Amino acid sequence: MSDRKVLQIQQISGHPGPIPGLGTQREPVVCKLIDTTTCIGCKACEVACVEWNDMPFQETTFDNTYQTMPDTTWNFWNLIKFNEHETEDGAVQWLMRKHQCMHCADPGCLRACPADGAIVQYTNGIVDFQQQYCIGCQFCVSGCPFNVPKFNNSTKKVYKCTLCSDRVGQGLEPACIKACPTGCLHFGTKEDMKALAETRVQQLQEHSGFKDAGVYDPETIGGTSVIYVLHDAKNPEMYGGLPAKPRIPPSFTVWKDIFKPLGLFASMMGLVGVVLHYVTQGPRRVQPQPPVKYEEGGIESKKGE
Amino acid sequence: MATRAEHFDRRPRPSNPIDQIGRTVVYEGELMRHRAYTRFLHWSYGIFFFLALLSGFGIYLPWIFAWFTPLFGGGAMTRLLHPWFGLGFVFFFGLQVLNWTSLMNWKPSDSKWMGRIRDYVTHRETMESEDVGFFNAGQKLMFWEIVIGSAVYLITGVIMWFPATFGRALVSISYVLHDISALIMLAGIFVHIYLSTFGEPGTIQAMTRGTVSEAWAWTHHPGWYRQLTGRDPYQSVEDARERLQEEPPQTDPTKAL
Ligand code: SF4
Ligand code: SF4
Repeated sequence: MSDRKVLQIQQISGHPGPIPGLGTQREPVVCKLIDTTTCIGCKACEVACVEWNDMPFQETTFDNTYQTMPDTTWNFWNLIKFNEHETEDGAVQWLMRKHQCMHCADPGCLRACPADGAIVQYTNGIVDFQQQYCIGCQFCVSGCPFNVPKFNNSTKKVYKCTLCSDRVGQGLEPACIKACPTGCLHFGTKEDMKALAETRVQQLQEHSGFKDAGVYDPETIGGTSVIYVLHDAKNPEMYGGLPAKPRIPPSFTVWKDIFKPLGLFASMMGLVGVVLHYVTQGPRRVQPQPPVKYEEGGIESKKGE
Repeated sequence: MATRAEHFDRRPRPSNPIDQIGRTVVYEGELMRHRAYTRFLHWSYGIFFFLALLSGFGIYLPWIFAWFTPLFGGGAMTRLLHPWFGLGFVFFFGLQVLNWTSLMNWKPSDSKWMGRIRDYVTHRETMESEDVGFFNAGQKLMFWEIVIGSAVYLITGVIMWFPATFGRALVSISYVLHDISALIMLAGIFVHIYLSTFGEPGTIQAMTRGTVSEAWAWTHHPGWYRQLTGRDPYQSVEDARERLQEEPPQTDPTKAL
């Protein structure tokens, strides 16, 4: 029961009716704080993720950087992205960012998903894929602003970071947090993490000379349950392509919420239209229509039998 | 009569060996309309259209996901089969396009027909005008709508099938276009099915047995009737009216014509 309490469902993908147990209980929103300024690129979090989630270690390609893989894969959910950035004064900055699902408050993946129950969002903010209900359409892939969900071609299902919902449900922190040796990763309630992040940003601005330091918690998708402290919050793109203004493609929202019901209504009107035509106008018979005289006679003679 | 009708059917299109397969029995008082090959194509893409439509609908609307997906063996199976149903539709419809394009050319008389559509819908005109040949403007419109619709279908469908290859922006646009073209086709299909069954009795026979009654032909496609029989459609109506008055048919009056 204990995990049920923590993993209270907030939203369900493609679900027609009311969501069972919606709003019966509120748990604090959890959050992972990633302080990119103290990441040393040790990849302990990558290993912890692979181990905890029981993924096989796999071969990779060497691309002359420290990056483990070119990108995350269906069985590799947590990747440190490396970027050598040259600042205006010629100094080289080595930027590292932990890339995984952001657990958006308004998840594009969940909005796009047509399968009932394939994606759930718990009230604590964790967005979880339920592969047994996934139909492999990959709509979530195009709905996610961070390019996170990854398709497995052999199982035809989509996978991504769960924020260790299994661990969090039991009151533990995610595996990556547990493994981080520098304290660059923190885990707690969203409020606590935001406060912690703000404190750190202040520190960076006042004592370390990073004037543009800031917190990455994009408002365009209602905030995320994974937030970053960046040296330069004005340029999140340089951290391995962290979008400055992540957005769910507007076509998804507009189409799903407005045009789909409208379109269905219109086509149903077509159906109503032909029925009405039949009732009011009747069929168009071949010519000539038989004389009325005959019809009356026919009916009468039938009656007479 | 039957020979001339068959002859006509062969004439406007290059002789196709497949077209010779199958048999169409033309009875007294009937005209040959669609050969077996045409009928086979029509039912093939008809079936694939509905398979694609039903499987697509499950994915399209969460409200009916639970009703429609079990028809195809669950959500994942539906997703797997849907694109193949779509390809089946495009394949057979593509063959029909090759079969029919020459008959579907838009002519000035078709624009005139569109101008008179109100009179046809409200039955103020009980017979089509003489310039209506093998297909009328409504049928042509429906045909070209499906040609364009299925092109959109195919292109967007392939993009959605392999989202990793085509990228996010393209996929999310395809998603909308795919559904819009589906809805337009769906509306067209309602009208098509209605007219061929309840709306214009005697029509569906053209696709089941391949023939239509002469009366059907002069009523709905007078130009074609004249071309086929060499007789004046309006005179034929008058003749039929007289025959009716002389000896009222014993059974269903429409059959005897
Ligand atoms: S980052 Fe992508 S996969 Fe993760 S919750 Fe947000 S939209 Fe979904
Ligand atoms: S592929 Fe993604 S969008 Fe499609 S059913 Fe699975 S989780 Fe939902």
